Amino acid sequence: MTDCAMNTSAANTRRTGASRWFAPSDKLFHGLTLSAAVFVLLLLGGVIVALLEGAWPAFAKFGFGFLVSQSWNPVTEQFGALAPISGTLITSFIAMLLGIPISIGIAIFLTEICPMWLRRPIGICIELLAGIPSIIFGIWGLFVFAPFMQRNVQPFLIDTFEDVPILSNLFAGPPYGIGILTASLILTIMVLPFITAVTRDVFETVPPVLKEAAYGLGSTTWEVTRYVVLPYTRVGVVGGIMLGLGRALGETMAVTFVIGNAHRIHASIIGPGTTISATIANEFTEAVGDIYTASLVALGLILFLITFTVLAIARYMLMRLNKRAA
Amino acid sequence: MFHLKPVMLKAAVVALVASVSLGGARAADISGAGASFPYPIYTKWAAAYKKETGIGLNYQSIGSGGGIKQIKAKTVTFGASDMPLKAKDLEDSGLVQFPMIIGGVVPVANIKGIKPGELVIDGPTLANIFLGKVKRWNDEAIKKLNPDIDLPKSAIAVVHRSDGSGTTFLFTDYLSKASAAWKSEVGAATAVQWPTGIGAKGNEGVANMTGQTDGAIGYVEYAYAKQNKLTHLRMINKAGKAVQPDSASFKTAAANADWAGTPGFEVILTDAAGDNSWPITGASFILMHKNPQDAASAAEALKFFDWAFKSGEAMADELDYVAMPQNVADLVRKAWSSQIQSGGKPLFAAQ
Repeated sequence: MTDCAMNTSAANTRRTGASRWFAPSDKLFHGLTLSAAVFVLLLLGGVIVALLEGAWPAFAKFGFGFLVSQSWNPVTEQFGALAPISGTLITSFIAMLLGIPISIGIAIFLTEICPMWLRRPIGICIELLAGIPSIIFGIWGLFVFAPFMQRNVQPFLIDTFEDVPILSNLFAGPPYGIGILTASLILTIMVLPFITAVTRDVFETVPPVLKEAAYGLGSTTWEVTRYVVLPYTRVGVVGGIMLGLGRALGETMAVTFVIGNAHRIHASIIGPGTTISATIANEFTEAVGDIYTASLVALGLILFLITFTVLAIARYMLMRLNKRAA
Repeated sequence: MFHLKPVMLKAAVVALVASVSLGGARAADISGAGASFPYPIYTKWAAAYKKETGIGLNYQSIGSGGGIKQIKAKTVTFGASDMPLKAKDLEDSGLVQFPMIIGGVVPVANIKGIKPGELVIDGPTLANIFLGKVKRWNDEAIKKLNPDIDLPKSAIAVVHRSDGSGTTFLFTDYLSKASAAWKSEVGAATAVQWPTGIGAKGNEGVANMTGQTDGAIGYVEYAYAKQNKLTHLRMINKAGKAVQPDSASFKTAAANADWAGTPGFEVILTDAAGDNSWPITGASFILMHKNPQDAASAAEALKFFDWAFKSGEAMADELDYVAMPQNVADLVRKAWSSQIQSGGKPLFAAQ
């Protein structure tokens, strides 16, 4: 900021007399843009303070136990965040596990293999997917996707892995249709466009001369992608993945419809669970009593911290990419 | 063509001015917020009342918890809650509470070959199903109540509300009264720690999950079950009789309650006495300040509620709600004139 001010004053002294009249308006402009930037910081700080203040009664009552307790009982006012936290992390993890390979696959196809005339239509479709409101995914998930899971996918998974040691626990229980797995698959579809868009853009930053050199040495498309494109764009791809992860962690409406909303931790990913944002969306309106409300706000604070960390990592990755590109 | 344009412009200006002046008149409107369960009937009443008197009512369906918070913060003229506040809580925050409309909660199921109203169930068995203790439809406890029905062996899939709800409060309150195990292990509230089953959002979520899961059981508002023709169950009430859920059995439950002897009308209609009482019946409540800041809108609100008691019954029937019995409405009117005041004068004069 001092640098900035010094530059401005240095520029001012170099100006002719007539343009000196504009110096005050320049300062005003400087002040306006600065205050706009500070406003965002204040807003963010205000959100953190409000969350801390709202969540304080819950942290004061339950202490560290809030983070490791599975109990969520509005009647006896015993609250713990473990089930929503684990649900949030597990659904996001599965969504990433499935979403990353598919997204990168789409991006590779679009930039390396796809014929020119097909690139635009596919690209536009991916961008349209990003524009679908999450409530639509939720309703589609509940009325179309969940019955499909219940009739076809879940019975198949349960029967197939019945005698396999660890997997039989992972895919156990009655096929309800909705549950952790269904929510994860909906999330996968929702993060696809985010990761794909960023990955495609960074793939396009690879200098053609590098790829042409590799092709000239007799590399296959796979080898060019694996040994030239991916290493060159590694950091940007990670940044895109982090953006997708941020969306998966905070997604509310679509997840609420299909996750089953049970405050329990199951070994089975077919079973119902809950996430932080789903719990808040479900229960905040009817939460009566200070501790109940404070516990929900505390959940919000935890989600804020998780998302903040993820986005900070993403910013850091993108910063490194920009530095290298420059 | 060219002559039309200025005319249209004038018309537009007139319309704009008219809408602005109408907007000014709306300042005197009554504002309320709270429970979502009575939202359809409150808005229907509000529309009819506006036609008759020109006074509008703006009701925000933000949930009972939100309604209680808003009225305590004095941002609305009245709050609405499906779960009555305790008399002490009312006293502490200077609020008056009265019942406005009655509804019922019905268990619905999805069992192959069972028609609506065919299967009978009692409170303790229902509690055991939702506790996860009764696991199959051909369990002895269910068989004993339905000796003539050939019940399948299919597993019972429990479906409950995932969002906090007055419907859940009535349902769990009834189960607490019917089963000691439920009372000690789970209890009653707008949201509880469910021992088993999956949570679905809203009546429509529960209805949909129950409809698409073989062997499922859930609970929804009566109006919702009726309009969507769900397979509801009959229930054994406190008097030991099997009853169908309908407006007659809700009315009986409401008429049998001790409204006069309960301070703050803190009456929960579940497990009511009477041969024809539906066991999971409940009233939705209105909350107002004893000494309202804005006396004029509070008086308007009371006029509206008085009008709703008098002329709202037919509209309530249309939407499958049950209006308050006239004797209860009279008790409520008395409470208004004795408790809601401004500057020492009652805001409502009982006729």
